[in-house]
Amino acid sequence: MSINATPTGADVAADETSESTGRHATVPTQRGGRRKPPLSENKKAERRLGLLLCAPAALVMIAVTAYPIIYSVWLSLQRFDLRFPDQREFIGLENYVTVLTNEFWWTAFGVTMLITVVTVAVELVLGMGLAIIMHRTLVGRGLVRTSALIPYGIVTVVAAFSWRYAWTPGTGYLADLFSDGAPLTERASSLAIIMLAEIWKTTPFMALLLMAGLALVPEDLLKAASTDGATAWQKFTKVMLPVMKPAILVALLFRTLDAFRVFDNIFVLTAGGNETSSVSMLAYNNLIRGLNLGIGSTMSVLIFITVAIIAFVFVKLFGTAAPGSDDGERR
Amino acid sequence: MADIVLDKVSKSFPDGTVAVQDVDLEIADGEFVILVGPSGCGKSTTLNMIAGLEDISSGELRIAGQRVNDKAPRDRDIAMVFQSYALYPNMTVRENMAFPLRLAKLDKETIDRKVDEAAKVLELTSLLDRKPANLSGGQRQRVAMGRAIVRQPKAFLMDEPLSNLDAKLRVQMRTVVSRLQKQLGTTTVYVTHDQTEAMTLGDRVVIMRGGAVQQVGPPQELYDHPKNLFVAGFIGSPSMNFLHAAVQDGELHTALGKVPIGDRVRRELESADAPRELILGIRPEHFEDAELVDDDTRRRGMEFEAPVDIVESMGSDKYVYFTVEGEKASAAELEELAADAGAADFAGAGGNLVTRLSAESPVAEGQTRRVWFNLEKIHLFDPANGRNLTLHEGRAAGALAD
Repeated sequence: MSINATPTGADVAADETSESTGRHATVPTQRGGRRKPPLSENKKAERRLGLLLCAPAALVMIAVTAYPIIYSVWLSLQRFDLRFPDQREFIGLENYVTVLTNEFWWTAFGVTMLITVVTVAVELVLGMGLAIIMHRTLVGRGLVRTSALIPYGIVTVVAAFSWRYAWTPGTGYLADLFSDGAPLTERASSLAIIMLAEIWKTTPFMALLLMAGLALVPEDLLKAASTDGATAWQKFTKVMLPVMKPAILVALLFRTLDAFRVFDNIFVLTAGGNETSSVSMLAYNNLIRGLNLGIGSTMSVLIFITVAIIAFVFVKLFGTAAPGSDDGERR
Repeated sequence: MADIVLDKVSKSFPDGTVAVQDVDLEIADGEFVILVGPSGCGKSTTLNMIAGLEDISSGELRIAGQRVNDKAPRDRDIAMVFQSYALYPNMTVRENMAFPLRLAKLDKETIDRKVDEAAKVLELTSLLDRKPANLSGGQRQRVAMGRAIVRQPKAFLMDEPLSNLDAKLRVQMRTVVSRLQKQLGTTTVYVTHDQTEAMTLGDRVVIMRGGAVQQVGPPQELYDHPKNLFVAGFIGSPSMNFLHAAVQDGELHTALGKVPIGDRVRRELESADAPRELILGIRPEHFEDAELVDDDTRRRGMEFEAPVDIVESMGSDKYVYFTVEGEKASAAELEELAADAGAADFAGAGGNLVTRLSAESPVAEGQTRRVWFNLEKIHLFDPANGRNLTLHEGRAAGALAD
């Protein structure tokens, strides 16, 4: 069940509360003076068992995600530079002010957004093409699918190095082919190469997710569209895409979140030189290399918040849900 | 509206399987033709070839006198209704029905008018703004029909449109389909595996088996005068009883006793290559409780005694199952029919005899009962090729015919 037809943020918030009320309707709480009938012994035992069964997973989640998140939020509220441990003190939101008024942060943020938008858009188009090819291939299906997935199977860092060598003047075949200078020393070409590497690497992943979506489109629907008079393009846009929408949104969500955290390609290709740092690079530079736990943590928290906003927009505004689930307009 | 002609249409796949073989069929303008047969008989493939969803390997397909072999489905002006309904889940009922019209680039007013008309005919008016997910099976089915009729195509093609409905709804929708087709007078090709649907719906029924047409004709003709063992066994519910019959001294030795044969069949059996063993077929309603038969009728048949196995009282009449001794009838066709219907449903070739007796018959389970059967209604089949030997110029004449 999902909420997808909510147009504005205010509505989302309203919906959110109403939904949570709905969801907890079965929990025996005293709400507004209305008393729910007491639970039978059987129900109580069942609920206890339920909680017990959830406990291990919940504990693991707390240990590996909740604790680090809370700890980094805590760190981000302090002045904490390992080079000057004596100056450690609680300073509230001062770190946030520092970061959010800093031009490096905003440059990195812009670079990250650019990379995210461009790569995801290109990957969607290429991935769709690849997915259709993989889905429709009759001969040598396994070979086609395997070869299409190879880039995704290569370790990102290894691939990034091969791209770096390829674009290095003198040693690389691509550098000699496409430019006379050193493309990785200029900002625009560096960004283009980073995006190219990203796209090359993750398009197969996109294709894989979209292929799962393609499998959701019933053959009969396409046949029906053919007899209804649709051209191939109309079948694609009017029948396949709408039916695949849930899968496309899931794929976009995954890829957007992934792309926003882009790190390894930049690390290997330019090491963030010429203002090609992403926010993750910047956070890494401050946190690990600069040993400034306060500022670094602030950046991680900001990345976390951005990622959360992206996920929220996808899930609540676009109605991204598990592929194949109902569109929630049941009456 | 148009006629559809299949001229030696065949479909073979690259791996050599032949799905449809030399189908010749002329469907007149406005006619309602049913393609029926067990699964894998090629009926759906034939329909898909008419629709253009499947290539034709050889032969010619003409719609309204025009060769359409190489035309895309969208250029054939046909509408198809699918077993899965194939409604577009993202569109409302109205949008679903308007889809073919929108693709045909009609103006909005015309589209609205046509959709409203079709919705009225199919009683969908109150559902027009719903999505398919919020409709019941029967409603979805009607929307699928609606999407087909709005366009006023040359022909309707229906691929088991009622198979996903429950039994009661199926009977209801059957009349809806039938009435709609009569109203619109549009040429319709309807595929089903359900012989009851085939019998009740069509002007003509085409029975297919293994990619080949077995017999084409009005339902009653197929029922009364089956050309071969397969048609005889496929049409009718409960199905025809089949017994092994050995030809000996101008008589047939069967589990029901010695059955006399008439001159015509005898002449047929006298030729050198005539089979020594036959399969005798007789429909359940051609049996009667011997007590209830008057003398005049009695003379036209013969009697036997057998233990009663099960009595199913239907109110209007009784289905009585007898156990009979003797060799079982065996032929490839019968095995195929049994496999298709499931062994339980196809008692035809077993040691069981299914009879339909009058409701007045006092027959009870466990007793041995004297039963009369009509010799004029007997069919004799050649087990080697399934041919109906009692058929004379297309008419079944029974075993006694001269």
